[in-house]
This record gives sequence, structure tokens and C-alpha cells, in this order.
Amino acid sequence: MELSDHLFRHEAGRMVAALTRIFGIHNLALAEDVVQDAFCRALEVWKFRGIPENPAAWLMATAKNRALDALRRERTARTLEPELSRLLQSEWTLAPAVEELFTANAIKDDQLRMMFSCSAPRLPEEAQVALILHILCGFSVDEIASAFVSTHAAMEKRITRAKKVLAASKILFDIAAPEDFLVRLPAVQRALYLLFNEGYHGASPESTVRADLCHEAMRLAAILREHPLGARPTTYALSALMCLGAARLPARVNASGELNALFDQDRSLWDQGLIAEGERLLDLSATGSELTEYHVEAAISWVHASARRTEDTDWCAIVRLYDSLMKIRPSPIVALNRAVAVAQSEGPDRGLDEIRAIENSDRLSAYPFYSAALGELESRRGNFEVAREHFRTALALARNTMEQRFLEQRVSKCEGRSSVV
Amino acid sequence: MSEFVYLYRGGESGRSPEIAQQIMQKWINWMKELGAKGHIKDQGQPLEPSGKLVTGKQKTVTDGPFPETKDVVGGYSLIEARDLQQAVELSKGCPIFETDGAVEVRPVMKMSM
Repeated sequence: MELSDHLFRHEAGRMVAALTRIFGIHNLALAEDVVQDAFCRALEVWKFRGIPENPAAWLMATAKNRALDALRRERTARTLEPELSRLLQSEWTLAPAVEELFTANAIKDDQLRMMFSCSAPRLPEEAQVALILHILCGFSVDEIASAFVSTHAAMEKRITRAKKVLAASKILFDIAAPEDFLVRLPAVQRALYLLFNEGYHGASPESTVRADLCHEAMRLAAILREHPLGARPTTYALSALMCLGAARLPARVNASGELNALFDQDRSLWDQGLIAEGERLLDLSATGSELTEYHVEAAISWVHASARRTEDTDWCAIVRLYDSLMKIRPSPIVALNRAVAVAQSEGPDRGLDEIRAIENSDRLSAYPFYSAALGELESRRGNFEVAREHFRTALALARNTMEQRFLEQRVSKCEGRSSVV
Repeated sequence: MSEFVYLYRGGESGRSPEIAQQIMQKWINWMKELGAKGHIKDQGQPLEPSGKLVTGKQKTVTDGPFPETKDVVGGYSLIEARDLQQAVELSKGCPIFETDGAVEVRPVMKMSM
């Protein structure tokens, strides 16, 4: 029997969430120890006796028993979650209370509580994302460090510090208070958005790692959607943009492991199921008066998804959408993407004008695709020498071997062309 | 065919859930493969890492185990193989080596009466 992909990782997230609810956020380390212990047992026993019928339930039951042991051992020595401690102190109520806390619905709420707690304004955004990956998605410090192309030491520091902040908050976020929920919701959405983007645009050379990050973001967004207060147009828009973006993942890297630009992708590889799901979610997002960056980005992805060939793309619509995005969340990167769309609809000269007009374009100087865009447009104008220089600049900034190969190809294409001229 | 005992010593459980899952799957596959080739007499049992050690005429009881974690026997299997050499060869497929563990291969003593 084969375990489903990432079962341990997902169960780790569910178990830590449930145990932290029981032990209290300040006992996060104890919760993590109990989970680690449950995995050790699973590993030892399953090796010899095979994988049980329902591995997730087996793990959860083991965690539950370990939790009971820990509570009996530690409840006098430690202060537990204040709201629950009365139930957990008495042997009469302990087992039924823990049983109740381990039901599937209770655990879903625990995951939400943790998601909201990790998105605390006291934590920098990159720490929020790392913490969510670590606690709720079961990624080790090493795995997060490699996904973010950071060092183990730097990531360990970031996560340890963030956990301290979390523990110091004393109690988990209360998702039952509607006002607090709605105030914190944008931060949660933002963290999930950043998690998805790290997968989609991030620097990790491993496309499987990056797809994992995208899928984790989608999984957590689905949990958010299932909660009545979380099921809002903005959450639907966020989920739609994730589905429509993730639909293109299979075509982003070709068979020999090379990056494919949107224009060159084999669109038959796009995941039609995800596109349909994205459309459904986009429809659900179109209620109320709020228009967020998630709505606009989802709409842009949808315009791409609905074009069967690159040349069928409605570039005017895309430029208009980028105009709205510039109003909601202006940034040099958005402006750059807008300029590329302008070039598609009105020609490379107009595109270059738009790139030159970008405010704060110095903030793009370390971004390889800024120079790459300049190179692309110059080469379309036939200025292969200039284009080659831009591609060389981009190449020097490439963040991984995949980007390197992509840009090397561009450089050598220009060389081929300029020698002919 | 002769019988051998594999004693599994040490071996980490993996530093992340993902790695733990991979290690686990490898063990299952390895056991299955050995079984399919008719080498498994008994898959054996895992052993708790803790226990007691009773020693000496005084029968002194101390908390076991045991010298060092890396030497602790975490489980055993009963294997059938042609000879010691084959039993050793078969043990080399064990995933425990990827996690710094060891397999002790011991022939079961034959008694001809």
C-alpha cells in the first residue's frame, strides 16, 4: 500500500493545530514533541506491520493518546489553555474533552485559529509565511530554507523568533468573534497569497518544491473558504487566482526542465479542471462592492486561461486590468507587467515607452525579468545588439539554473541574429 | 535454506514529516520485496526504545537501555537465505543505511540431534 502524497506533512499540521489548542499556544513546543513522537511510533510499527487501513486516523489516535499521557503528566506542572484547563484538570472530563477536540470539524477550526494566530501584525510578513509553512504545513526548517533559497541558520532564526512572538501572545486567535475575524482576515489572505507567490514566482530551482508551496496555499485557502466568516468574495477571488495560476504550472517547465515563458507554453498542458474551478470561484467572488487586487489578478489569469492561443489573448482587456491593479496596489512589478501587455497590444515601441516611464524602476534593478523584458522588446524591434546586453544583465541576476538557462538561450538567440545582420 | 535474524540498530526517524514518510515507504517496499522473493520467515516486531536491564547475582535492575542510541536495537526480523553471504547481501537493501543505522545479521544456530 502506498501512502497518499504528503500525508505525514498534512497530518503533522493538523495534529500540531489540535494539540496546541489543547495545550495552549505557549506550549507549542510540547505539541511539536508529541507530534514528532507520534511519527516515530508510526514509523517503527508500520515498518514491521505494514501501513494501517486508515493511516491518518492511526496517527491522530496516537497523537491523542500521547496528548492524554502528556496532560496527565504535566497538567499540574504547566498552565494549560485557560478556557480548557478546567475540563482537562479533572480525570472525569479529561478523556471525553480530548475526544471532542480531536473530531475532524474541531481540527479544521484549530487550523484556522493557527492560521489567524500566525498572521499576527506583530510578525513581519515573511515570518508569517514561514511560520504557516512550518506549523500548518509540516515543513521542516531545512525544507523552508531551501524553498526560499535561504540558509538554514537564517531560517531557523526567523522561525524561532516568530514562535517566541506567537508563544508570548498567550492565547490563540479567537475565531468565534466575528469582528476580530474580519479585521484579521486580510492579513491571513495576504499571507496565503505570499505563500502561493513564493511557489509561483519564487527563486527555488526545484519546480516540484514550488508546486508544493502553491498546493499548500490552495489547501489552506480551501479551509478558509469553508468557514462561514471566511467565505467572502475576497477569499473566493484569492482562491480563483490560485486555481487559474496553478492551472498553468504543468506548462511552465518543459520536458527538459527549462522554463517556458507564457507566450511559448503548450496550452494543451494547462489543467482544465483547475481552470473550471477557478472560473467557478471567480463567479462567487463577483458579489459585493469590494474590488481587491485578488479580483483583478484572478481576472488577468482568467483572460490568459480563456485564450486558446497566445495570439487570441485579449491584451486590451489585460492592460485595462493592470490599470485597475495600479490603482489598488501600485508597484514597479505591476507596472512592468502592464508595460509588457501594452507592448503586446500596441507594439514594442509603446511597451518600451511604458517601461521607461515606470516610477521607482530602480527597485527593479535586481529583478532579472526587468532587463529580460527590455531585451525581449528590443529584439522585437530588431535591435539585437542592445537586446543581447539586456539579456546579459538579466543573466547576471538569474536566481537559479532554470532562469540561467532561459536567459542564456535568449542571449545566444540574439547573437545568432546579429551576426546575420 | 537457513534462518537468520536481522537486528536493526539505530537509524533516525527523519527530521521532517516528509522525510519520515519517504523513509517509511522505503521500508515497506523493501520488506515487500524480500517477502515476494520468499526470504521473510517472520517480519518481526519493533521494540520500545526503553526497558530495564537486570544484571548480576544481585539482579540489579537499572533503566535500560543501553550504551548509545545508535546501538539500540529497534526491531528484528527472521530471514530465510541460502547462506550467511546471501543474508548479508539481502540486508544491504535495507533503508536503515540511509539514516545512519546498521543491520546486524546473525545466523540462527542449527542444531542437529
